[in-house]
Amino acid sequence: MEKRVVFNGRLLPYLLLAPQLLITVVFFYWPAGQAVLQSFLVQDAFGLSTEFVWFENYQVLFSKPEYYKSMVTTAIFSSLVAFFSLSIALLLAVQADRHIKFAAGYKTLLIWPYAVAPAVAGVLWLFMFQPSLGIISQTMRVAGFEWNPLLRQDHAMTLVVMSATWKQISYNFLFFLAGLQAIPKSVIEAAAIDGARPARRFWTIIFPLLSPTTFFLLVVNIVYVFFDTFGIIDAATQGGPAKGTETMVYKVYSDGRSGGDLGGSAAQSVVLMVIVILLTAIQFRYVERKVQY
Amino acid sequence: MKFDRRSLLGAAVLAASLGVAPAQAQTEIQWWHAMTGANNDVIVRLAEEFNASQKDYKVVPAYKGSYADTLNAGIAAFRAGNAPHILQVFEVGTATMMGARGAIKPVQDMMKEAGETFDPKAYLPAITGYYSTTKGEMLSFPFNSSSAVMWFNKDKFRQAGLNPDQPPKTWPEVFEAAKKLKAVSPTCGFSTAWITWVNIEQLGAWHNTPLGTKANGMDGFDTQFQINGPLFVRHLQNLIDLQKDKTFDYSGRTNTGEGRFTSGECPIFMTSSAFFGNVKANAKFEWGNTVLPYYPDVAGAPQNSIIGGASLWVMGGKKVDEYKGVAKFFTFLSNVDRQVKLHTESGYLPITKAAYEKVKASGFYTQNPHLETPLLQLNNKEPTDNSRGLRFGGLVQIRDVWAEEVEGALTGKKSAKEALDAAVSRGNDMLRQFERTVSR
Repeated sequence: MEKRVVFNGRLLPYLLLAPQLLITVVFFYWPAGQAVLQSFLVQDAFGLSTEFVWFENYQVLFSKPEYYKSMVTTAIFSSLVAFFSLSIALLLAVQADRHIKFAAGYKTLLIWPYAVAPAVAGVLWLFMFQPSLGIISQTMRVAGFEWNPLLRQDHAMTLVVMSATWKQISYNFLFFLAGLQAIPKSVIEAAAIDGARPARRFWTIIFPLLSPTTFFLLVVNIVYVFFDTFGIIDAATQGGPAKGTETMVYKVYSDGRSGGDLGGSAAQSVVLMVIVILLTAIQFRYVERKVQY
Repeated sequence: MKFDRRSLLGAAVLAASLGVAPAQAQTEIQWWHAMTGANNDVIVRLAEEFNASQKDYKVVPAYKGSYADTLNAGIAAFRAGNAPHILQVFEVGTATMMGARGAIKPVQDMMKEAGETFDPKAYLPAITGYYSTTKGEMLSFPFNSSSAVMWFNKDKFRQAGLNPDQPPKTWPEVFEAAKKLKAVSPTCGFSTAWITWVNIEQLGAWHNTPLGTKANGMDGFDTQFQINGPLFVRHLQNLIDLQKDKTFDYSGRTNTGEGRFTSGECPIFMTSSAFFGNVKANAKFEWGNTVLPYYPDVAGAPQNSIIGGASLWVMGGKKVDEYKGVAKFFTFLSNVDRQVKLHTESGYLPITKAAYEKVKASGFYTQNPHLETPLLQLNNKEPTDNSRGLRFGGLVQIRDVWAEEVEGALTGKKSAKEALDAAVSRGNDMLRQFERTVSR
């Protein structure tokens, strides 16, 4: 006989769902709705005068070449950070997955940077690479390399990419390591008996079997570079020099906070929100097809 | 020992009510500020002294982060309906505060209504001018003021064969000296902090050249920038040329590069006179400061420099009694002896004429000439429309835009003229944006 629990009435399931729904509404939909509303308004910083202007803020936004430039900067920045943080983390995870002495110690040390706040990470790297006083830039100067992130956009970009990557490696490392440990040893051993060398075993067995983890991390990393790297950029370069490291999320901040232009800033957040939703949707729609679960 | 929950709760309520009790007898005045370190101590001490001097009011200072953080905290609090009574706002935020007429209480009105004796003429015009309307109505109360001056390393001057008692006076002389100084400090002949404040804003005032129309925005928000004029282009072009061999070396947009002077790397460094405390504590060499250089062929130069620093804004919508307390506190701050003490101990500029005269008469400046440099510079001539101050809406962000263009020029991506043309057009866009939000 089949055993079945039947809940009578609709109240209980809704009640059980309520806390989660409440959190989602209060912390996600409400602020997002506020941003959409604000993006249709022109308002002074103090909120003394407000006017509903429909899409004027968006029109102004898309008529500015700086906005497209910040999109390009974001694309470059996010692909660099996602690529480096994923590949370095994978390399480290594969190495740490071996049976070596002090493996636990290495793993713990590799996870540490994740506990560092983004702004602190930015400041740490800034100190090391500060053009005149930084310990690494002094070494570089002795070696004859002129390091100057205050004026060189490529240097400033390198600096923020390095800090953002360093910060994210730990997180990726943790997931890759867990993913690696979930791959059945028997499969790898069978391949080894068949004569496959480590590199071949990696590319034909481990890497495809890791793809769910890689895919998940790709999505998380894109969201990370789009939003969470703000603190690093603010601490290290403030978007400079000459907007060389001004990503879209940093522009939201500088226009809204330093510029007091809340409507324009809200319009940018809405655009950013749409982009991230689209990116995630595309990833799930197309990239996920190639993922083997 | 065992506590049950109820007695713990009772104790908590009792403690809370004890903490609140004295505040009910006194009127509390919230003072939000952005001062850290030694300057924070000054604020706390001022509040303590004022609170001890009378019983009716209690000034409660609260640190709210950087200048921009404090301004934003004040704005957010105003929107939420619980603004502080006194908000410290840096000089570039002046237009933002002025644009929000409904959110502020002009200091002069408040003093009059509270019945405090208040004579705007008692204050130094070079300082209060920045915070007054064109009619001379004082809107905010100047607190910590400074100006940009030129700091130099006397030891390096000697090593390079320059006379440390005769620092360069004009820009061409500075460039010459910096070229010689490169022999002893190869990575930096001279540099400046606050790239736009020193090389655009102060440069304009010091040469009696406008930054924008309408008396630098003082006469209305419909102002246009003029920083692509010949003076500004020439100066930026000089910096571009000298950046190539590091006779000039860029040190960033804010004052984070000041360590390059105290470490001895840059022998000439232009930055705020408030750098004094830092230099005194950290420079391990003989140093001095002097007035900013000028281009001798510009008619009217040197005129007078403008101030930096911050003033205290009184927020609107408070009770009459609370305004009385704020007014009493401002009278307390204006006291001659208190101003003298503040100036000589902390390096803040005095805000009243009487205090300045008193310090001068005491002979303090013969031993401490560096503290008088910014005052000599601010009072060099009667301020004109070009040198009274700046009132550009959104100047906080406009400064970043200017800095971006200057950075572009210093890397050789743009010529001086192209960069400043772009700085003007982008700056004008932002002025229109500000006008769009305040005029509705």
